Amino acid sequence: MFSEIDTARSVDTTEFRDRITPPDSIDQPMRSGEIIQLLTPDGQRRKNSQFDPWLRDITGDVLADLYEDHVVARRIDTEATALQRQGELGLWPPLIGQEAAQIGSARALRDDDFVFSSYRENAVAYCRGVDLTDMIRVWRGNAHSGWDPYAIGMAPPTVIIGAQTLHATGYALGCKRDGIDSVAIAYFGDGATSQGDVNEAMVFAASFQAPVVFFCQNNHWAISEPVGLQARRPIADRAPGFGIPSLRVDGNDVLAVMAATRIALDRARSGGGPTFIEAVTYRMGPHTTSDDPTRYRDRAELDEWAAKDPIIRLEALLKNIGVFTDELRESVAAKADQVARDVRAGCLSLDPPEPLTVFDHAYSTPNSWLDRQKSQYAAYLDFYSGGAR
Amino acid sequence: MTTTVAARAERTDTQQATTTMTLAKAINTGLRSSLAQNEKVVLLGEDIGRLGGVFRVTDGLQREFGADRVMDTPLAEAGIIGTAVGLAFRGYRPVCEIQFDGFIYPGFDQIVAQVAKLHYRTGGIVRMPITIRVPFGGGIGAVEHHSESPEAYFAHTSGLRVISCSNPQDAHTMIRQAIDCDDPVLFFEPKRRYWVKGEVDQNITGQTPMESARVVVPGNDVTVVAYGPLVMTAMDAATAASDDGVSVEVIDLRSLSPIDFATLTASVRKTGRLVITHEAQQFGGLGAEIAASITERSFEYLEAPPVRVTGFDVPYPPAKLEEHFIPDLDRILDAVDRVMGNRNSLTDWGN
Repeated sequence: MFSEIDTARSVDTTEFRDRITPPDSIDQPMRSGEIIQLLTPDGQRRKNSQFDPWLRDITGDVLADLYEDHVVARRIDTEATALQRQGELGLWPPLIGQEAAQIGSARALRDDDFVFSSYRENAVAYCRGVDLTDMIRVWRGNAHSGWDPYAIGMAPPTVIIGAQTLHATGYALGCKRDGIDSVAIAYFGDGATSQGDVNEAMVFAASFQAPVVFFCQNNHWAISEPVGLQARRPIADRAPGFGIPSLRVDGNDVLAVMAATRIALDRARSGGGPTFIEAVTYRMGPHTTSDDPTRYRDRAELDEWAAKDPIIRLEALLKNIGVFTDELRESVAAKADQVARDVRAGCLSLDPPEPLTVFDHAYSTPNSWLDRQKSQYAAYLDFYSGGAR
Repeated sequence: MTTTVAARAERTDTQQATTTMTLAKAINTGLRSSLAQNEKVVLLGEDIGRLGGVFRVTDGLQREFGADRVMDTPLAEAGIIGTAVGLAFRGYRPVCEIQFDGFIYPGFDQIVAQVAKLHYRTGGIVRMPITIRVPFGGGIGAVEHHSESPEAYFAHTSGLRVISCSNPQDAHTMIRQAIDCDDPVLFFEPKRRYWVKGEVDQNITGQTPMESARVVVPGNDVTVVAYGPLVMTAMDAATAASDDGVSVEVIDLRSLSPIDFATLTASVRKTGRLVITHEAQQFGGLGAEIAASITERSFEYLEAPPVRVTGFDVPYPPAKLEEHFIPDLDRILDAVDRVMGNRNSLTDWGN
């Protein structure tokens, strides 16, 4: 029960510290710049006695699947960006560069866990099994939410920065009250860490020991504002001040991300409360298709991060361990092509909603004011077009 | 007490026993009923547990239902509301207490951007049966931020229902109706009437629906619309007006969003005159919406322009000035004289 605020437990991280020393120690925050990395940019596997036990089931086949996720996610991104440029989508928020952070964490989740995300987590949605047309719906302007949150265990994208962290915390409290070991995970960016909601979420989560994972993708840019404007120290350093252990991982390293997320999930499931993960990654594309990053960042920085690309390093690892066969390359390419075709077909299949649906679902129960407004607008449409229903 | 009159008139089972209690206790017993009847009901707020709330509205509830259902939260209104959103996602029916009206603004974004919109956003899949209790209004000699009437902000926001009670029976009934409602409800409690006593029937079957206004004093010459703390004031004004031979019909609005225009329209078409009173500032307030809508719908029935009697368009003043801010009986009577065409404070004022 989350009612009993166990102050002793809220600061006792001994168990956790033992498991993955040293980065999560509250007493001894991670040194600035220290980032857990299990997979180097050139595909070398770095051993880590604390993290490796969490990856024992990650066989060559699993790595191949993760690789496919990466390639498909990027392909969805590319296709959606093209659809925007062709006028078929109103907007698209590219995730290019952040595939490992999103896939590594999302693939660590169970079906009964629940995701509260921002608008950029389309690779997370993909891993949750979202229908591709549903993924597109919001960005074509057909709906504010493309999918049934309960069907895929993922809330609709939250546009207000950081607001979803509180929702995740509340949902996690509900799980705890329900006596189940499901976990809520909140995805947000470096910019969101400046928001009051995110800080309040950490206070609430710590006080009630909510089974929630705060997953911060530090992609270095909040539109045009560099992360240095949000944080003068590594973002992961903040969480211990709230009584929340934190991990700082290479966000372009799918293995480090997955291990860290599994550690956090295990901690939450076993009653250990919240964990904060900072996945250090980079937004290779614009904030959205409306943005022009050439106005505010250097080409050199982009080149530097291009060398740390999550897909390149995963491909290198697969080659190093002899899994990257021609057959794999071709099957992944075929899958990506098919997904891209499905995204495009799904997008083009979405016709504008019927006019009077503008009134639907503002309330779940009849509302005299709105019913009158709807009736009058129906009369207006009828009067001028004769075609409204 | 009018409460008793109104309740008696509408009670279907006249055999039900009633108990005399304060408005605050009536809410308390309403919350208690909801907690007892539905295990998904949880209360969140600052000081609502061991203390029982600064107004003691939640007195004894944590002891009875446990600290996991009556939760003292950290001091963060956005945190309270945002956490409630997550609980609602998970099927809970959270009841949030905002300690004072003026403290609601840190939670405003979560209320208008999340609570109000999630049902619409998700095409009706995710429901937000969240009740947000707000003690509101002045007249208690408080310091700044403790006497405000912020209801119009929420009435302006689609997706929210906004209600206010004026008497113990409605307080009890309406808090339970709010919790039962699948839409989010802002429940404005008239804090200076917390200690008003009235008879309360805790069997609420057959009570007035949450969305309905109620004629609390019938009359023929002028319709006075009030809600929350000013209903009593308006009723007193009606009594005073009757001494002067003016028959005032008082309507307790009860639901501020949506507004029960059927009841209002019927009354105004009978009286031909409309006065609206609220403590909140005038500009863009509920009175403006009521005056505009009644004028649109019943222009040809009006004998005089509708008149608003409201708080002035200044920040809520210091306690020693609040008697010059809150509409009182005399200001309402002056407005009644205006719509009646009788001599009034503005007769010689010009235009």
